[in-house]
Amino acid sequence: MAAEGGGLQIHPMDQFIVKPLFGEGAVHWYTPTNVTLWLMLAVVAIGLLMVVGTRRRAVVPSRSQSVAELIYGFIHNMVEDVAGHDGVKYFPYVMTLFLFVLFANLLGLIPMSFTTTSHVAVTATLALAVFLGVTLLGLARKGVGFLAMFWVSSAPLALRPILAVIELISYFVRPVSHSIRLAGNLMAGHAVLKVFAGFASVALVSPVAIGAMTAIYALELLVSVIQAYVFTILTCVYLKDAVGDAHH
Amino acid sequence: MATEAGGAAQSVGMPQLDFTTYGNQIFWLVVALVAIYLLLTRIALPRIGAVLAERKGTVANDLAAAEDLKERASAAEAAYQKALADARAEAARIIAEAKAEIQADLARALAEADADISARAAESERRIAEIRASAMQSVAEVARDTAAELVAVLGGSADAAALEAAVGARMKGQPS
Repeated sequence: MAAEGGGLQIHPMDQFIVKPLFGEGAVHWYTPTNVTLWLMLAVVAIGLLMVVGTRRRAVVPSRSQSVAELIYGFIHNMVEDVAGHDGVKYFPYVMTLFLFVLFANLLGLIPMSFTTTSHVAVTATLALAVFLGVTLLGLARKGVGFLAMFWVSSAPLALRPILAVIELISYFVRPVSHSIRLAGNLMAGHAVLKVFAGFASVALVSPVAIGAMTAIYALELLVSVIQAYVFTILTCVYLKDAVGDAHH
Repeated sequence: MATEAGGAAQSVGMPQLDFTTYGNQIFWLVVALVAIYLLLTRIALPRIGAVLAERKGTVANDLAAAEDLKERASAAEAAYQKALADARAEAARIIAEAKAEIQADLARALAEADADISARAAESERRIAEIRASAMQSVAEVARDTAAELVAVLGGSADAAALEAAVGARMKGQPS
């Protein structure tokens, strides 16, 4: 998609444009767009793995069932280890988040695809949902005691108000870092891939560009999984503040 | 850098910051999340949880069964060892009994033989004594006759009683 006409023109950000799936026109809130398509593909992929893959309910699992069980066990352990025993109740929510982020990231690596998690709108919605959910859950479960999290009782009394301010700021920055981290990683990686893809059309550097693309693609694969993991484990850490006994 | 490239390519800059699409994205995201959540909570998670629990149960059952079988095997081995030990003890007892019996038989046979031998020896001694006595008597008779003859030849008449006494005294004084 790079060299059109005379000059080398690379549009690494064009891949992120939201456009209607059918025809041209304005994007209304209900318009089926490429975002819609890839979100639904993520849903279908998750359904294929978690529902169709486990349809035989075998005691000795098939390959797909093994993978589904592996993910189940992995996230279940994570929730139990990080958020504590009380956090296991919220395991389905964490599982939903993890599977969505993982599959959206991985589907985004298919050439010509659209990476839904590279959009701040998507990740900010996820992060805000986690933030609001955890805050409301903490207030509901602990009442005013939840606010004790900001009052560091182990620090000297004189320092506590200052620490409280810092803790409060860091608490409210959480959804920002939570969402920007994911969107930024995905966007940067895909933009770099696109830039190299543009260079690949220049005969002189194309071997280097293709080699670099291969390497970055492998890196992006890793980043996709790691970012899904990071997003999920941070969710668990935040969940622990709401349901756990101790605070960090 | 990316922003610059994007900005050069199109007027809106980063598509991520195009707020007109936010409503659309958020709406469809919520739809997708609800769909995933329903898929997971209605079908996938209970199913996988059940399978894992079932597998855990099966494994636990199999382990318990294996433990049971192992116990039975060790019990059987213990019984076998006990039977073996019993058999050994029985064999040792039988051997000891046989030995004792043989010993007793031997002792009885020896005693019988000893008794027989001593009886025979006594008999032989008795016979020897008899023979000796009869020999002594013969010697005495011969001595007496010889003495009587000698006395007669020398011209005397031997008194039988005196001869008898004289020969008896000699024979007593000079044992065979």
